[in-house]
Amino acid sequence: MSITITGGLIMAIGGIIPAFTIGLIGAKAMEAIGRNPEAAGRILPPMLLGMAFAEAIAIYSLILAFTK
Amino acid sequence: MASFAPEILATVGTFPITNTVVHTLVVDSLLISISLYVSRTIKTIPSFFQNTVESILESVLNLTDSIAHSAAQYIFPYVMSFFLFILTANLTSLLPGFGTIGFYEDVEGKKELIPILRGATSDINVTFALALVSVLATHMLSIKLTGIKDYVSRFFSLNPINLFVGMLELVSEITKVLSLSFRLFGNIFAGEFTLATVSKLFAFLFPLPFLLLETIVGLVQSLVFAILTLVFMAILTTPHHPQHEEVIHT
Repeated sequence: MSITITGGLIMAIGGIIPAFTIGLIGAKAMEAIGRNPEAAGRILPPMLLGMAFAEAIAIYSLILAFTK
Repeated sequence: MASFAPEILATVGTFPITNTVVHTLVVDSLLISISLYVSRTIKTIPSFFQNTVESILESVLNLTDSIAHSAAQYIFPYVMSFFLFILTANLTSLLPGFGTIGFYEDVEGKKELIPILRGATSDINVTFALALVSVLATHMLSIKLTGIKDYVSRFFSLNPINLFVGMLELVSEITKVLSLSFRLFGNIFAGEFTLATVSKLFAFLFPLPFLLLETIVGLVQSLVFAILTLVFMAILTTPHHPQHEEVIHT
């Protein structure tokens, strides 16, 4: 039982900031596309790259949650 | 499916041949045969296939040129081969048959499926080896292009502040390997796990958006690995000017 709780806790706490960051990146990208709709194609790849970097932090905690 | 370690199919001597090794060999032979075919049948008026390969190579070469400038010709082969290998491994591991076709074996009294093929990048050994090669090649290129004296002065200095910064640089070289390997491994392994879980919930139509997501993740992660390698190499191959040299010049 304790294993489930620690794994869940690691994932829950470790997921807070990356989730917030991905939301922030997405919001800013949406804002930028709203200001300049023609630039959508140029905004998308850097946005995905930034999201991948932010997501990596959550992935580290995922690995820790599996290995405990 | 939920195990980190790849399943062992057979052993040659003391070397275990796992299902990820099989997939690595498949990807390698695919890439090598394509590159041999393209380089043998190269023409002034390109065929469709040659055109496709050239356009991929050229876009990555342009990116390398814009970031690394003069060192691009040394950096480009590493970046391109990392990108192609990881992209092919990620995308082919989404094909049907990966992780599902295999044979049953008794593991601790229970019958368990041993898949013949499993995504190469969902094995920490493969990604760790890739990250090690990337960082070691970065340092060798740095010694080759900037000279051993400049290379050493990056990490060790008689100035105590620079010495402290150099120590931090040394630590960051080690964390580079860890972050590169864990990022790739974690993303692909998590994707595999998600797909397995979703397919267990409801097998029809429901996993399709997740498959699309994993395709994008595979593309983005191979791009991230290649671009990070490119940036690290570009940083370490630009000559490092110590503080005292600038003082002499001015």
